[in-house]
Amino acid sequence: MIEHDITLRIGGEAGMGLESSGAGFAQALVRGGLHIFGVPDFYSRIRGGHNFFTLRAAREPLYSIADPVHLLLALDMETIRRHIADVVPDGAVVYDSKDALPDALKRDDVHFIPAPLTEMARDIGGMELMRNTLTLGIAAGLLEFDLSYVESIIRDNFTRKGEEVVTSNLNVIRAGADLATEYKADYPFRLHAIPDAPQRIMLNGTQAFAMGALAGGCRFVSGYPMTPGSAVLVWFAQHGAHYGVVAKHVEDEISAINMAIGAAVMGARALVPTSGGGYALMVEATGFAGLSETPVVIYNAQRPGPATGLPTRTAQADLLFMLHAAQDEFPRMILAPGTLEEAFHLGWHAFNVAERYQTPVMVLSDQFLADAFRSLGVGALNFNAVTLDRGALLTDADLDALTERYQRYQITESGISPRALPGHPNAIWVTESNEHDEYPRIVEDAQNRIDQQSKRMRKAIPMAEDVPAPTWYGPEDAPLTLVCWGSTYGPAREAVDRLNAQAAGAANLLHFSCLEPFPPTAEAELRKAHKTIVVEGNYTGQLEFLIRARTGIAVDGHIHRFDGRPFRPEFILAGLQEV
Amino acid sequence: MVTRDDYNIDVKPTWCSGCGDYGILNALTRALVAHNIAPHEVMIVTGIGCGSKLPQYMRVNGMHTLHGRPWPVAQGAKLANHAMRVVIVHGDGDGYGEGLGHFVHAVRRNPGVTELVQNNLIYGLTKGQFSPTSEKGWKTSTSPDGSIETPAQPLALALTHGATFVGRGYPGQLKHLIWLIGEAMEHPGYALVDILQPCVTFNKPRAYDYYNERVYKLDDEPDYDPGNRTAAWERAQEWGDRIPIGIFYRATPGPTFEALDPVLQAGPPLVQRPLEKLAPAQVEGLLAGLR
Repeated sequence: MIEHDITLRIGGEAGMGLESSGAGFAQALVRGGLHIFGVPDFYSRIRGGHNFFTLRAAREPLYSIADPVHLLLALDMETIRRHIADVVPDGAVVYDSKDALPDALKRDDVHFIPAPLTEMARDIGGMELMRNTLTLGIAAGLLEFDLSYVESIIRDNFTRKGEEVVTSNLNVIRAGADLATEYKADYPFRLHAIPDAPQRIMLNGTQAFAMGALAGGCRFVSGYPMTPGSAVLVWFAQHGAHYGVVAKHVEDEISAINMAIGAAVMGARALVPTSGGGYALMVEATGFAGLSETPVVIYNAQRPGPATGLPTRTAQADLLFMLHAAQDEFPRMILAPGTLEEAFHLGWHAFNVAERYQTPVMVLSDQFLADAFRSLGVGALNFNAVTLDRGALLTDADLDALTERYQRYQITESGISPRALPGHPNAIWVTESNEHDEYPRIVEDAQNRIDQQSKRMRKAIPMAEDVPAPTWYGPEDAPLTLVCWGSTYGPAREAVDRLNAQAAGAANLLHFSCLEPFPPTAEAELRKAHKTIVVEGNYTGQLEFLIRARTGIAVDGHIHRFDGRPFRPEFILAGLQEV
Repeated sequence: MVTRDDYNIDVKPTWCSGCGDYGILNALTRALVAHNIAPHEVMIVTGIGCGSKLPQYMRVNGMHTLHGRPWPVAQGAKLANHAMRVVIVHGDGDGYGEGLGHFVHAVRRNPGVTELVQNNLIYGLTKGQFSPTSEKGWKTSTSPDGSIETPAQPLALALTHGATFVGRGYPGQLKHLIWLIGEAMEHPGYALVDILQPCVTFNKPRAYDYYNERVYKLDDEPDYDPGNRTAAWERAQEWGDRIPIGIFYRATPGPTFEALDPVLQAGPPLVQRPLEKLAPAQVEGLLAGLR
């Protein structure tokens, strides 16, 4: 029996409830003491198409999904057609016996388990839609996963819908497990629960970032729905009010960011969640925030573009766009979390740096990080470490003592001008989008322009000392260094683990979670590497470009992925063969 | 007591001599003083254009934003601090051109914001192009053969989307304009005051002489009932030989956008609440849903 690192995949059409049932099963595995990594893969449609949910489980923490599938739960023939090649020898395919299995899809080395899914779901559960639950019952049975954990999830998720719904779901899941008993002997893979494991949590990048932002004092969220970024807006719309956060779905992204700027000038920590296309509409206002020195946090969960692109898929191709968005120049920070822990941490950190430097801060996530679920230790989201630093913010007492006219854009050595919030009789000024002097008055003098533009740009100097440095993973001084940013961290980390399992000390990883200001330690770290391969989710190599531009270092090679699918360790390892 | 001196600032407007914006600045300042509103109690949010520089010419809180965007900025400001009076001042290009979409959506929400539109039927700062409210046939640098577009009907548009205070003023009737702006600011919901703003440089045919001959006050019409929305909608589109000013429509508004927000329904304005770390019980509440 093989008990380690099992991947199951459930596939079917949109509307079959794959994501919710898959996430429910994942949560049951976590309650059963296992580590999981789960990724939904779906089309931009409400019905039809081909959707699937991949769920990997192991005794050790996971950072990625992997290619091999040990159990394929096929709610339609399309699922077998698309995924049969990924099934490992001795793996199993569960499918609905009412569908004829074409010979072309059969494999001698795979167990095919025809089950009367439609009939049983209807007869036992009362509705055909419960086929997904039934197949997960079969999965639990085949893998000998303790059904009580699945039952506890069903109770928690369905109690509010009434006892009848709970009972029918429990009946269906048990029937599935019973059905599996006759096939179990031939199937070699097991996922036994670990009853004495520490309690863990399961969440995705959307939740991790949103909780980090909330912990960081975010009090105003305005957005317009755009997959995959709007999941953060939805999270705040559903949970924000309970924590005193005003969350508004407004008429468009232009409105969203301008509202956030209005709220931020008044003193609320403000966030705009979006995706690349939505951010394109926010470009103008990003410049307004830059010139008016207004702290605002912009969250972009990237998807492939340009234009509408691939709405439900993943990419890392907006980096240079965000870096250069809006006319002329102003300081900005671009953060790119690679893990759930970083998404949480940078979620609150973003608000501190935005207020400290009074400028836009961008958080670059992507569909993969936003939607992928992972299990974590209960303490992994470090709420205790959260600090709230509002930077040079004048208090009422400071303003009471003011004898001169307040200068909102005072020239200072650091470039940071002490900020007041509107409403105090001694601090009356106009937040300006025109170039201005210190008060500010609209002034077009050349010297004033030099003074004010230099003041704003000077903020980049302390900012550069206040960025998360690139981090190493793996053995020091390895002959091969993978370099990545954002969500590629997980798959790259596992690729490094596998290389080192083959040959100790073979590879390590240098991960960037801040791209602007470019970390000052980057050059020294990169120079420690012997051979650098940049792994990133775009066509041209945007991090590679930045490394060259900022450090003069030419990396030794790259692996790019731009098909909308997340990196997997196998993809990276195959890429290394070609580099 | 608030006085006009409180609003005095040593900055000279860049407007042309005779510009209608002087009258609007004067009327707004006097209305604020008349209603005893101090400079730190009001936030004037403007867009881009000659008239949008207005808060630079008073001593007052202001946000001089982007072209067409004062509406979202103002709503964000109001949501963050609903104790602050928020007044939008912008031109017809800003409000009815670039910002028309924001205008309609804002009106639907009934934010507690007063909107003053310096409507001169022209783009002045860019030296004379036709605007959304320019009359059909109007010849300008970008409509050399005359505009072929039907003018926007902002007052009717506001009425259609649920506005409960819709008025029009004229700086040539200064006392009336001061009164009208004051009434609008005291309206407990969204209020629109469209203002006939003579542009003496780029729209000479629509300057004081033109309006002085045509403007009449709705409040002088014995049969006009500002509570009648249908009548208001008809008068809102009257233009030509007679041009109405005054309150077209006034009704009791429903709760404002900010009053309906679950977070803002009770307690102080958002920005006056302490910014604190989450309490352990709150953290536990967040994590409980993830187990």
